[in-house]
This record gives sequence, structure tokens and C-alpha cells, in this order.
Amino acid sequence: MSETLLKVENLEVYYGVIRALKGISFEVKKGEIVSLIGANGAGKTTTLHTITGLIRPKNGSVFYKGKDITKTPAHKIVSEGLVHVPEGRRIFQSLSVYDNLLMGAYTRKDKSGIEETMQEVFRDFPRLEERKKQLAGTLSGGEQQMLAMGRALLADPELIVLDEPSMGLSPLLVSEIFEIVKSFKEAGKTVLLVEQNAKKAMSISDRVYVLETGSITMSGDASELINDPSIKKAYLGEA
Amino acid sequence: MKFLIALINGLSAGGTYAIIALGYTMVYGIAKMLNFAHGDVIMAGGYMMFVTLTLLGHPLWAVAAAVVFCVVLGIVIERFAYRPLRGASPLAVLITAIGVSSLLQSLAQILFGSATKMPVKLQISGAFKIGSFDIAYSTLITLAVTVVVMAVLTLFVNYSKTGRAMIAVSEDRDAALLMGINTNAIITITFAIGSALAAIAGYLMLCKAPSLSTTLGAMPGIKAFTAAVIGGIGSIPGAMVGGILLGVIESLSYSVPALAPYTDAVEFAILIIVLLVKPSGILGKMRREKV
Repeated sequence: MSETLLKVENLEVYYGVIRALKGISFEVKKGEIVSLIGANGAGKTTTLHTITGLIRPKNGSVFYKGKDITKTPAHKIVSEGLVHVPEGRRIFQSLSVYDNLLMGAYTRKDKSGIEETMQEVFRDFPRLEERKKQLAGTLSGGEQQMLAMGRALLADPELIVLDEPSMGLSPLLVSEIFEIVKSFKEAGKTVLLVEQNAKKAMSISDRVYVLETGSITMSGDASELINDPSIKKAYLGEA
Repeated sequence: MKFLIALINGLSAGGTYAIIALGYTMVYGIAKMLNFAHGDVIMAGGYMMFVTLTLLGHPLWAVAAAVVFCVVLGIVIERFAYRPLRGASPLAVLITAIGVSSLLQSLAQILFGSATKMPVKLQISGAFKIGSFDIAYSTLITLAVTVVVMAVLTLFVNYSKTGRAMIAVSEDRDAALLMGINTNAIITITFAIGSALAAIAGYLMLCKAPSLSTTLGAMPGIKAFTAAVIGGIGSIPGAMVGGILLGVIESLSYSVPALAPYTDAVEFAILIIVLLVKPSGILGKMRREKV
């Protein structure tokens, strides 16, 4: 078995009196693509925000490479090698494409390493290189998603947390985005993916956790769960 | 010619407004709050100059001491008055800022009394003569300082790593955190820069007219805030344009005898007109609501 990169234990999160996460536990192993699927409001984004420190849990812990990062401030998580691509891309619209990518490498000090990663990102996303001087706000939705992913790569992460990367994109682009996620794995990165497009997500994932109103109700290998009748009915739109 | 002189004086007055407005607009853009104590930081810098002059005698020391003092003051205000309220309702922050403003004025009054001080050593007298017209040296110095401040700040914000991080934080604080940017540190730096600019603005005011009271920063603060809103609050070029514009309008209005008594009214009328025509200000961007 490969080593466990991320381990979430008994995570409980409240928004005021509302219990958004009811003590969930799961793990991500090195080299895996793990998907968290579930309906709107199930707690997927909350889970990711808690992992990267944007929200503090009431109970429970997050371990990254065996280190407790539950109370680590959000801005210190990236340099640990864990990068979060938020829902809605959240690129910096008034900065150029190039400067957005540089922001991804904000915590890195090795100039030559940053330049190397930059060239890799431009090789993977030629469109970003063509538009590197353009303001990021002028990019199309698909290009903005690529920029958000490229920006994450510039942090030189081991684990990439992706929140709804296919949201709002045309079917053609959705396939392209999932190909990119697959390529992350081929490049040796580990991915924790949150997606409403459960079918696509499961097709590229190793393992899947199903989140329902703040609890994990099912988990297993993607290849098995994709044939599970209840999953098919609830998430894959098949009777 | 008279018009030209009024224009130059206006550019100079506008430069001071712009320098103050930059403090308002940077803090608003990055910390998302209106720092109504900003004008009183100018006043505090003024008293620091007064004290240093008495002790050391040279205006240069006075300005340097005021800049350092205001930077520390700005950082302390942010740390102890505003940071605990991060995430609180904007109204609570606004009332706190007004409270800090009144605290600073009261402290100055307790320490220095309410009589106006005259730090005459700060004054730069003399004028540059063009024909029968005079342009005060203080006006020219203000223009030069304004140009330098604007150039340095523009270069810093757009080309330094910290400057770009400031833009990132102003656009999306959570996304900036996810990049590994220590947003609290960026907010501290912003307050430090704004307060240093306040100290410089205080000197520019006192070198023209060395009259120092606890309300030194009150009216220029309001005018500069108006300038920041006219230019588009949150926008650095907006504060520059708004400040210069307001100064020029003020000076031109003064030079017309019929309008002179109503100059303040003219300035605020311009504010109302700009807000009616373009609510986000001249260079302000409409914020898209994120869901």
C-alpha cells in the first residue's frame, strides 16, 4: 500500500447552529484520484475549505503527511504542498495571466524552479502562454479554469484539491478539464476532487466517497461504485 | 495667466488631496473598510513634527520622525482597533474608526492643549516669479512630491511581489490566502504605507501654512475622502485623478469671485454629480457580486 497523504478524522463543522459536517472521516493515498460526490449542500465545499484552513472545524482533525494541520493558518498550507483550486476558479481578474500564475508560486523562493514549472504549465496549457500578457478577467470560462489549475501547479504541489472544476463549462470543455485532472495523476500528483458531475468524476477516480447532508454514506473503489444500483439512481441519472 | 496660476495652485492642492486619498483608497481596497481616523493620523504626524522641531530643530528630522511615528501609529490602530473586528459588520468597523478618530483628537488636546501651534520652521516661504505673478515654492515642492509619490507607489503596486499580493488581496481575500499570501501582513503593510503618506501630506500642508491644531486633518481628510470616492474608491489611479481633480476645481472656484465663498459647496456638488452619473466613481469598477 502506498502512504497516506491526507487523513481526515471525525471532522465536524458548524455554521452557527447548523451542523454542516457531522463527523466525517476519509483518506487520500499518494498517487490517487479520490472523488467526493454528493448533492448541493451535502458539505463537499465545506470539507475542502476545512482541509485548507479557510474554515475551522468544531471537532476532528486533518492530517497531511502525518502532520496535524487542523489549526495551521490557510496561508501556511500551500507551502506544505497542498494546494486548493476553489470553486468558481477565483482567478485575479485585474492581474495578467502571467501574474496570476506567479501568484501561485507566491511562497516559493527558487527562481529557477518557478521558471521551470512555468514552462511546464505553458507546455500543458499553450493557450495560457499565448495569452500571458492579457488580463485574466478577459479569458473565457474554460481558459479561466485552466489558469486556476495552472496557477495551482505553480505552487509545485503534491496534493491538488479541486472544487467543481467543470462547473459552468460546455460539454467539450468538461471533457478537456477531466483529461487535465487525469494528467495530474500521470505527472505524479495526488488529487482530491469534488464534483457534481459524478459520472465523469467516477470515471477518472480510483476511489469515491459519497457525501449526503454532512455524512459519508458510501465509499469504495470507483470501478465498483459506478455499478452500484443506488449510486446509479441517485447520482448517475440511470434507473 | 491668472487662470494658469490658479491651475498650478489647484494641481498642488490636489496633489495633497491625492496623497491623503491614496491612504483611504488603499485601505478600503485591501481591508474593505473606511478608515475615518486617517485624517487624524495626519494631525498626529503634525504634532510629532512640532515636537521633533522643538527638540532637534531641523525640519528634515521632523518629517522623518513624523513618517516613522505615523507608520507605527497606523500599524497599532489596525492591530488593536480594526483587526479584532475582522469579519464583523461594516457598521461596527465604521463606528470604531470614528471612535479612533475622536480618541486621537482628544489625546492630542490633552497632550498639547487646544491652542494652535505655529511650527514656523516648517514653513517654506518665498515664491517663483513669472512676470507679475507668484508661484510659492511650497506649491512647487508639493507638485514634485506628489509626482514622486505617485510614481513610486504605482511602480511598487504593479511590479513588486508585495504590490501584486496587495492587488490579489483587494480582489479576493480567500483566494489570496489559498495562494499562501499572509493577508493580515498585507493589510498591516497597507496601513503602514497609508500612514506614511498621511505624514507626508501633513508636512505639505504645514509647509504652506504652519498652523497646527487638533483638527488639522479633519477637513482635508473629508475632502480627500471625497476625492477618493470621485475617483472610484479602492482604485489607486482613481485616488490620484480624484485628488487632482478636486484640487483644481477648488482652486478654480476660488479664483472666480462669484463662486469663491461657495467653494466647499461646489466641491461636494461635484461629488454628488459624479455619484449620480457613475456611482462607482470615475475609475472605479463595478463589483460583480460573487455567489
